[in-house]
Amino acid sequence: MADAIMQSREAAEQRITRAPLVTNNRSMAWITDHVASVTEKKAPAWWWVLFTISSALAVCSVLCIGYLISTGVGVWGLNHPVGWAWDITNFVFWIGIGHAGTLISAILFLTRQKWRTSINRAAEAMTLFAVVCAGIFPLIHVGRIWMVWFLAPVPNSNAIWQNFRSPLLWDVFAVSTYFTVSILFWYTGLVPDLATLRDRAKTKLRKFIYGIAALGWRGGNRQWKHYEMAYLILAGLSTPLVLSVHSVVSFDFATSVIPGWHTTIFPPYFVAGAIFGGFAMVLTIMLPARAIFGLHDLITDDHVDKMCKIIVLTGSIVGYAYAMEFFIAWYSGNPYERYVFVHNRLAAPFFSWFSWVPGIGPQMAELGANPAPYWWAYWSMIFCNVVAPQLFWSRYFRRHAIWVFIICNFVNAGMWFERFVIIVTSLHRDFLPSSWNMFHPTWVDIWTFTGTFGIFLALFLLFIRWLPMICIFEVKAVLPEADPHHGHDDHHEEPAALKGAAH
Amino acid sequence: MDRAGNPDSPLFGMAAEVPSASALYHAAEKVRDAGYTRWDVYSPFPIHGMDHAMGLKKSWLSALVFCGGLTGLTIAALLTFYPSTIEYPLIVAGKPVNFFTVPAFFPIMFELTVLLSAFTATFGMLALNGLPRWNHPIFNWNRFDRVSDDGFFLAIEATDPKFDEEATRAMLEGLGAKHITLVYED
Repeated sequence: MADAIMQSREAAEQRITRAPLVTNNRSMAWITDHVASVTEKKAPAWWWVLFTISSALAVCSVLCIGYLISTGVGVWGLNHPVGWAWDITNFVFWIGIGHAGTLISAILFLTRQKWRTSINRAAEAMTLFAVVCAGIFPLIHVGRIWMVWFLAPVPNSNAIWQNFRSPLLWDVFAVSTYFTVSILFWYTGLVPDLATLRDRAKTKLRKFIYGIAALGWRGGNRQWKHYEMAYLILAGLSTPLVLSVHSVVSFDFATSVIPGWHTTIFPPYFVAGAIFGGFAMVLTIMLPARAIFGLHDLITDDHVDKMCKIIVLTGSIVGYAYAMEFFIAWYSGNPYERYVFVHNRLAAPFFSWFSWVPGIGPQMAELGANPAPYWWAYWSMIFCNVVAPQLFWSRYFRRHAIWVFIICNFVNAGMWFERFVIIVTSLHRDFLPSSWNMFHPTWVDIWTFTGTFGIFLALFLLFIRWLPMICIFEVKAVLPEADPHHGHDDHHEEPAALKGAAH
Repeated sequence: MDRAGNPDSPLFGMAAEVPSASALYHAAEKVRDAGYTRWDVYSPFPIHGMDHAMGLKKSWLSALVFCGGLTGLTIAALLTFYPSTIEYPLIVAGKPVNFFTVPAFFPIMFELTVLLSAFTATFGMLALNGLPRWNHPIFNWNRFDRVSDDGFFLAIEATDPKFDEEATRAMLEGLGAKHITLVYED
């Protein structure tokens, strides 16, 4: 009897054995050394090359912003009726990318997904830098930026009081809260690792700087007790926060009366899209970093595999949302809504290929002859966001870094197109056909946006030079020897027959 | 016995090193059962179940955060509802400004609740831990640099009522601890 129980226990145990989170049985000292030494060695040549290029791009953005502020928003391609274009597209694009970091650090923490430990630090840093890039656009799109304090509820003599019922004001609160809480969460997570850098410092200056930054952390269990509680609470707070931020961003559109924006599906659809785009960006920058620093034992192929699965899940949710928008446009019977979806987005020249189809052939020929002006943007979005990530159903594509990298870049592009499609295709044909107008970006639009990639990458490169890009203490905590019962059969409460079974 | 720091300064306590997380866990259980109160174990990462092994109660940081969150909610309610409904009703698109419009203030109430809770969680944690601080006597011990790498330490403070150089040392040796060292304040 006891033997039978043991055999079935062992069989079950074998089935549920998980792949180790750190491969090749690395020791704690190896992890410390491998992660911390990235910040201690001299910067390699490629770092300087990348940093030079990205800071040059960042300077382009700064110069364009200076030109915009000194001249006016007319330097962008905005017109009537396209009053929002690349500015808000870029804002939503970057703020969406920021969501993956908080999802990994908060939601995966609460659901005890221990594989998050090796990617959460870099993903959180990416969140902060993405929100920095995002914050630029709403600030400068107001035109007279020196009056941006009107958004703050400050008593003043101009008889100005904010409309707290406006989603644009909610957005100010949501984004600034998100940025602040993300910094607190990130820094709290950094403190024990800053202590590692402090304890390894060879020069007085490093010891001083990291010593100040580590706040005197000692790693005593009386400190860890409060620390773990603080981290749990911050994760619990960040989880609804991350879901709320993109919901509030979507309210900017959903509470308006513009056909194509006025949609109740927007909050969940935006949140799913944000996670989707964010994971793609995490992989886009983590895969090269992993290859360059030889971190394959910490960021394993299993990690990449799991992130790809999240991408295919959220990508499919986004695909479902696209389809549901069309269904509602048809089902609502609202002619303006139908017009936006069919004639401003869907109709493409290749529809005429289907003119032979019995029943719908004439309509297809008609739509193909009169395609939506932005059909290429809509169909790029569909291809990048819905079609390309489906490859991740196959293990082959999830397990080959080069394919993951390529597909993630499709997603990055697709998520930019998604926001462009939502904003510009809904606006460019107003209710009144006499005011219809196309949007054409100017060089200022293009270089401001391109430059934000420089800002993002330059900040990220500085981050990997000065801070540990993998959370050292959390990775150690998932090693088998971190378990206080490792190597001891000291679970006395277990019956003798089950001895040796999994703890 | 080894000494760390300036032996002319007051004694901080007696520190020792153990080889692994599980050794530290079992050592903590024994120190707890020996009745010590002013002591701590130091590790590169939080060890699961160590609070129980040390006999520590749950952190009460959560109570502070609750108060912080409540403050944020109150501020947001006062900031939005009172001026926008009573003091300075702003009529937009002919929409009402009465009490029933309160859902329009929920996003800001939520954000400020989260914001003040997060500030309380971070700074409350630091305050409960007595951080930031410039230095600590335990840093006088050179071996202790490895606490953030792969070292596991425990230290019993001289202010503990049960602290006795001979008895405490005998207990630490009995736990299999190595590098037993007297650590001084300066």
